[in-house]
Amino acid sequence: MNVASIIRGARRLPLSGKIGLALVIFWIIVAVIGPFIAPYPPGSFANEEVFAGSSRQFWLGSDFLGRDVLSRLLSGARFTVGLSVVAVAIAASIGTGFALTAAVGPRWVDELLSRAMDTLISIPSKIFALVLVAAFGSSLVLLTLIIAITYVPGNFRIARSLAVGLARLDYVEVARARGEGRLHLALVEVLPNMIKPLFADIGLRFVFIVLLLSGLSFLGLGLQPPDADLGSLVRENTSGLAEGALAIIAPAAAIASLTVGVNLLIDAATQGKAH
Amino acid sequence: MSGASPVSRWRGPARLVAKRTGLALVTLVLVSAVIFTISGLLPGDAAQEVLGQGATPEQIAALRHEMGLDRPAVVRYFEWLRGIAIGDPGQSLVANKPVADIISERLPNTLILAGLTTLFSVPIAFLVGIASAVTRGQATDRALNIMTLAMVALPEFLVATIAVLVFSVKLLWLPSITIVPQDPTLGEFLRAYAMPVMVLGVGVIAQLGRMIRAAIIAELDRPYVEMARLKGVSPRRLIFRHVLPNAVGPIVNSMALSLSYLFGGAIIVETIFSYPGLASLMVNAVTSRDMPLLQACAMLFCATYLLLVLIADTVAILANPRLRQG
Repeated sequence: MNVASIIRGARRLPLSGKIGLALVIFWIIVAVIGPFIAPYPPGSFANEEVFAGSSRQFWLGSDFLGRDVLSRLLSGARFTVGLSVVAVAIAASIGTGFALTAAVGPRWVDELLSRAMDTLISIPSKIFALVLVAAFGSSLVLLTLIIAITYVPGNFRIARSLAVGLARLDYVEVARARGEGRLHLALVEVLPNMIKPLFADIGLRFVFIVLLLSGLSFLGLGLQPPDADLGSLVRENTSGLAEGALAIIAPAAAIASLTVGVNLLIDAATQGKAH
Repeated sequence: MSGASPVSRWRGPARLVAKRTGLALVTLVLVSAVIFTISGLLPGDAAQEVLGQGATPEQIAALRHEMGLDRPAVVRYFEWLRGIAIGDPGQSLVANKPVADIISERLPNTLILAGLTTLFSVPIAFLVGIASAVTRGQATDRALNIMTLAMVALPEFLVATIAVLVFSVKLLWLPSITIVPQDPTLGEFLRAYAMPVMVLGVGVIAQLGRMIRAAIIAELDRPYVEMARLKGVSPRRLIFRHVLPNAVGPIVNSMALSLSYLFGGAIIVETIFSYPGLASLMVNAVTSRDMPLLQACAMLFCATYLLLVLIADTVAILANPRLRQG
């Protein structure tokens, strides 16, 4: 896939898809350069007034300690996007890796993995994450792993059904008869053909992960101070709710624009493939 | 099967339902093993935790003995499981009360919230699902699709924040925390619950509405619908008499799934509105690392989830004549 075909594909998207794509690109850029373009250091008490409204100096006002909301949001977005991307990559690698193992491996491996994942999937994801956080705490690395593990079973279920369907097809049987090893079957014959539907699932899981991470941070169980993601920013400023402070609405709206953007993009991209 | 007696006609589905029930119980036991392993065995020594760094080895050993931590893990697991099964999941480490007492105080609140949200959102979800299915591909359907797509991706605390700003800060209609008065009048009751129910409902409506649309559209593509249309059946009758009864299986299934979404949503919503339900209790248990309470809450949520899925399966089996043959 080259750049030209990606641009052509993006042009063909319906309006909702273009909006989604624009939001996604916007947040990727913010995550990468955000801290560098922030007008103030995120921890500095830039404004004497707390919960100030929007002004030319402070575009998104000030927070409960008088810090610049825009600057904190720009550095918080890096945590939200970055951590979620890493977590979804881990979840998809483990989930899809297990799925491929189940598809080309011996039957008992498939049975074992499927039973195990069926069990884990019967634990609602937020409940599972809470139990893990209670047991292990939430340092940056552990939090990423916990969130990733929470979404492994869901990815496994989708990826397994794709992989098992492909592994039964004639061309895979031919490769098997040719004497190709299991690793070759999984990575060369099966995996390339499940990439596209898998990407839709990974996108959805990214949305769930962003929501779970922000939710945990909002509850005070996610990222710990001084680090702050967008969910932590909402939590910090809950005392401003009664005055309708921008400091609480801005980070919450930022999360929503990211998740809604991804959702719109996936929906448009997968519908485009249907016709 | 016109000659079959009424008894044998139900033997197939009864066996199927019994099988599913057995499977759900096995899954629940496996789930309990996972939860106990993660929260009871892996985090290290609870006695050390309670006494802190300054404790002498003798003190720790004594407390370990008192807490039963010096026995093998398998024995502890089965004792814990037995406790859960007979409704006595032990003593809360923080409140120093039996976990069962704490939970039974909170459980009714959660059930009321979940029940009201279901009553509020399921009819709306049906409206959304049916409206977009019958206008498939047209402007109404596309607009509803974008709306529900956005609604499923909204964080609950944004919806809650906006609701509080609009209804309690600007309009002064509703209280921003949920305090249910003793012996409330109907008006007080509805005012207290309006906001949490609305906020929880947003996600349920969007999710369930989308799944109902998908279930109806899957049926609309079948030949019998074409046949009914050619016979001149009115669109309303087509949906309510022909399509919906056939889509009961997938729809009930989606209802179970989106009701289980309620637990996740409730964690945020109960915390925001300071509502004394089970989900906020569980969050408190995580913060204070009150493991017996946490484990009991987790088991309760998982059991409810499995029960919902089991009920959905049972309804689907009873509603589907082909499955009914067993």
